[in-house]
Order: sequence, then C-alpha cells, then structure tokens
Amino acid sequence: MIRVINALLAIIGGVGGALLLYWILNKLAEMLPQKWEERVKPWVFILPALAAISLFLIYPAVRTIVLSFANSTSTAWVGLENYTDLLGSRDFQITLGNTLLWIAVVPAVVVALGLGVAVLADRLGAQGEKLTKSTIFLPMAISGVGAATIWRFVYEARPAGEPQIGIQNAVWTALGFDPVAWLTVDTLRFNSFLLMIVVIWAQVGFSMVLLSAAVKGVPVDTLEAARIDGANERQIFFRVTVPQIWGTVITVFITVLITVLKAFDIVFVMTNGNFNTDIIAVRFFNELFRNGDNGRAAAIVVMLMIAVIPVVAYQVRHFRAEEAAR
Amino acid sequence: MTTTGTTPPPTPVPGEVKPRRAMPRGRRGAGAPGAGTGRASPVVRIVLLLICFLWLVPTIGIIVTSFRTADAALSSGWWTVITSPLDFTQWTITNYRQAWDAGMGNSFLNSFAVTLPATIIPIMIAAFAAYAFTFMEFPFRDTLFVVIVALLVVPNQVALVPLLRLYTDFNLTGQFAAVYLAHIGFGMPLAIYILRNYMSTLPKAVIESAKIDGASHFKTFWRLIVPMSVPALASFAIFQFLWVWNDLLIALLYLGPGDKAVVTVTVAGLVGQQNQGWQLLTAGAILSMVVPVAVFIALQRYFVRGLTAGSVKG
Repeated sequence: MIRVINALLAIIGGVGGALLLYWILNKLAEMLPQKWEERVKPWVFILPALAAISLFLIYPAVRTIVLSFANSTSTAWVGLENYTDLLGSRDFQITLGNTLLWIAVVPAVVVALGLGVAVLADRLGAQGEKLTKSTIFLPMAISGVGAATIWRFVYEARPAGEPQIGIQNAVWTALGFDPVAWLTVDTLRFNSFLLMIVVIWAQVGFSMVLLSAAVKGVPVDTLEAARIDGANERQIFFRVTVPQIWGTVITVFITVLITVLKAFDIVFVMTNGNFNTDIIAVRFFNELFRNGDNGRAAAIVVMLMIAVIPVVAYQVRHFRAEEAAR
Repeated sequence: MTTTGTTPPPTPVPGEVKPRRAMPRGRRGAGAPGAGTGRASPVVRIVLLLICFLWLVPTIGIIVTSFRTADAALSSGWWTVITSPLDFTQWTITNYRQAWDAGMGNSFLNSFAVTLPATIIPIMIAAFAAYAFTFMEFPFRDTLFVVIVALLVVPNQVALVPLLRLYTDFNLTGQFAAVYLAHIGFGMPLAIYILRNYMSTLPKAVIESAKIDGASHFKTFWRLIVPMSVPALASFAIFQFLWVWNDLLIALLYLGPGDKAVVTVTVAGLVGQQNQGWQLLTAGAILSMVVPVAVFIALQRYFVRGLTAGSVKG
C-alpha cells in the first residue's frame, strides 16, 4: 500500500514540481524586458523536456560509445579490444547471424501478413471485419513475457509415452512421431524460426491496423478507373493499391525492424539465447548483467547504433518531406 | 479482444481510423456505401477464419490451463476439456490464489508504483515542449525537433550501461524511481512527437485570436491548447502505460527480482522455476496481462489513433 501511496506522491511531486518550475520560470521571463521575454520564453517551455532527453538519452549514448573502448569495469582503456574480441568469437558471430536472419524474415513476413489480412478482411461485412481485426490485434496488449509464456506452452514437450500437454507435440505425436523438445532443435535454425513466430504473432496486428487504414484511404476512383480499363483484382492490387500505400508499408517495415533489433524479452524468457538462438539484445543483457562486462555490453550497443543509422537517416528524410508537404 | 469499446456509439475498430491528413474527396470511409459487404468469397472467409483460429488458440490454451488443477493440467492436454467441460473436478481457481501469494500480488502493486509516475509525469513536460515547437519561434527549433525525430528510432539500450552506473552513484538502483525516471526520459521523444504533430493540426486562427486578446503563451497553453489536445494526450498515455507495464528489460536491470519485482519480472521468474507447474505459471501470466488488456480494450480508440499518427518508438 505504501508503494502505491509513494507512487501517487511521486506523481503529485513530479507533476506539481514541474508545474511550479514552469510557473516560476514563466514569471521570471515575464519580468524581463519585452524583447528578451519573447526570446527566453520558448526555452522555458522546452527546457525540462530537453533536460530529460539529454540526461536519459543523449548523455548516456555518448557515454556508451566512450565506455565501449574501456575494460569490463570501465577502469582502463583497451582500445578496440571489446570489438575485436566480440567479432572474433564464434559465439558472437552466431548471435550476429541470428540477428540478421531475424531482420531478413520478421519485418517482411509481418508486413505481408498484415497487408493480407487487411485486404481480405476489407471484403467481409462490417461485423466480420471488426471481429477478425480485433482477434489479430489482441496480442498487441500482451507483454513479451506473456507472449513467451503462451508460446512456451505451445512448444512444451513431455517424455514419450506421457500425455503431451503442449499442442504442437500433441499434434506431432498424434501423427505417429516421437515428441520433440522444439526449442532445442537448431538444425537450419529451426528453433530461431519458432521464436520468430512469436514475434510475428505479436506484431501482425500493428501492421494490419496501419495498412488497413492506408488501404481504405486509397481513392475509389483510381480503383474504378483500373477496373474499367479491364484490370483484374490482382493487377489492381499490385499496380494500383500497393503503390499508393507504399509509404505506410515502409513505415511498418521500419517499425518492425527496430522492434526486432531490440527484441529482448521473448528470446530471453523462452531460451535465454541457448541452443544457438542468441540475438544481439539478449547478448547485451547477458554481458551487462550476468558477466558484468560494461565494455562489451557497450560495444554491442554501439554496433546496434551503427546498424540503426540508415534507419535514422531515412526517418529524418521522411519527416522533412512530410513537413514540406504540410 | 480489442473489439468492444466501452462507449457504444462510435465503436472503435482498428481499421476505422481516418488517416492523418485525410483527403476529403473520393475516400471510402468505413461504413460508407460499398465498403465491401459480402464481397468475400468462401475461400477468403475460410482463410480468415483459419488465421483467427491460429491467432487465438495459444492464448486460449493458457486461459484454460490457468483454471485447471495441477493434476489435470499435467495429465491431459487443455483441449481435452472440450469433451469433458462438465467434469468439475478439473476446474479450480486456487492457481490464481497461489500465484497471487507467490509474489504476483506484491508485484502487481509494484507495477503500478512504476507505471503511474512513468505515464503521467512526462505528459505535461512534453506538452509544454510540444507547444513551444508548434507555436513559438526560436533559434534551432527545427534542428532540435529533427533530433527528437531521430531519437524515436534509437533503441533504448544505448542508455542502459551508463544509467546503471549513474544510478549506482546516486543510490537509485533498486528504487522504483530508477525505473520510472528512465521511462520518463525514454518516452519523451515519442510524447513530444505525437503532441506536436497533433497540435500542428489545430486551427491557427484560434491561437492568433487569443494572442490578439492579450493572452500570454502560458494562458493560451492552459486554457486552449491542453483541453484541445486531450485525444493526443490520451494516445500517448496509453502507449506509455502499455509500454512501461509490459517492459521487462529496464525493470530487470534497475529493480531486479525480489521484493520490488514488477509483474513481468515475476512471471519471467516463474518461467524459470519449472517445478512450479504450468497451472501456476499460466495463472501468473494472466494476472500480469489483465491490466494492460483492460486498458487496451477500454481505450483502444486512442491507441489506434496514436498508431496511425505514425509513431515509431525505439
């Protein structure tokens, strides 16, 4: 109970304190001569937000880059050793390879499935469409830990001869095979694909909602015109609809890509990176938390930052173009 | 599950949301005539039915299991209840009581202690900043905003190592404040982005006339802009609430397991203790999902609006 009261106090203190700060700064600004007041006021309004961003994102990001050149306890410089050690270890190469596999598979599948469901559900009646979409959208509210629990139960294996309580092995044994501990099967990265299914399951709803809004926003006259010209449904979809929703497709793709890059909880809870399923965000956690190696953890994050640079560049360009069109 | 909104009249459906800068002409709004009723062939219906079935089955599995006794859950698959739903010896609610006592009850309060400040405090700070970015002129305004846009896609991991050290220096590790302060910082770019995008769609004339009437920026902000921005404020609040409640990484790093564990950390711990049995783990997992799912269903309309506003969070 005290916790909740403390939380409420924190809220009152945080909100009240911030309000008081704004009020005082605003009063101070108003005491300045008119010309200066106009100049200072915007900074009064954005200063607390900038302070939070600087303290919690920009300063730590810079510090992370610095720490990546230091040893595990950040007490001595080691140059590029963290990077060379990581990139030279077979273990980390597997981690990187898995991450690339995730990047190659998950965003594309999520976009394709989301678009597919959006377009097909669009043909149902209003009631059916709502129901379908809501079902697919459901996992968006479920945490990674919850999703991992749900799917571990699907993949659960019991020794042969005992009743199977995981549905995948129940089906598998009913077909006459021996039960398999699915999450340990790393032939052709099979278990990694099983983990990807969980992320796909969780993300398709997001993709569907955005793409559905985009599909419904395609002007009807363009579809009609194509139909009159004798195009079939498939041609209309690929030649008329898809080009017009391409912007949204890219947005969804990028968002899922970022989600995949920092995906942590599902893999952490389901395999903790064992059985060759490790990915970069789980490896980061284990370096930092299990091994207490600040230097390597920081080096992994720096690699992540480098991987994100093209996305940042795209994001900024996209934003500029949107602003110009405003 | 996201189906039913609480307010009957405009039932929120994901797809119903209008695109941000909706063009007035030639759009086929949901419910408009010709919005595809019955165009679906039987094949399409079957495919969609199958997808929905596949999407639901895993979740139904843990819901059913959470209400079965330990014996029943271990000796037969959960789907067998279809043939014997009236065999009441298999049903129980003790799993929930056990999970609650095994730490979930405690974690439940902890999650609120982290999530509420992390959701509410950033809103006002971001609203002030968004107002300045939208309605005020100052040097480097556009550059600063571009930095915020860029930060939207930067993974939070970049901040975690130095923050851990900073928190240790300030004796904050293991305090709720460590987690919610981090979330306030991490959520700030998204908050400013959503609010600024929304505010820039508000009619400029209203602000201009307030200025002519001699209202200060402070007054305009409180009396006009904040009340008009409620939908965007709600969008962000829901995002942030789900985000923080469902987060595992930051809570695990800065609070860890034990007395102050939040629900995600406790459930992750239950997963590790295989001997506890599935009936307990499933009950714990469902307890951890109840709040976000309820929030999500009740306020889905705002959530979807936030999504379609093109928000990307790193």
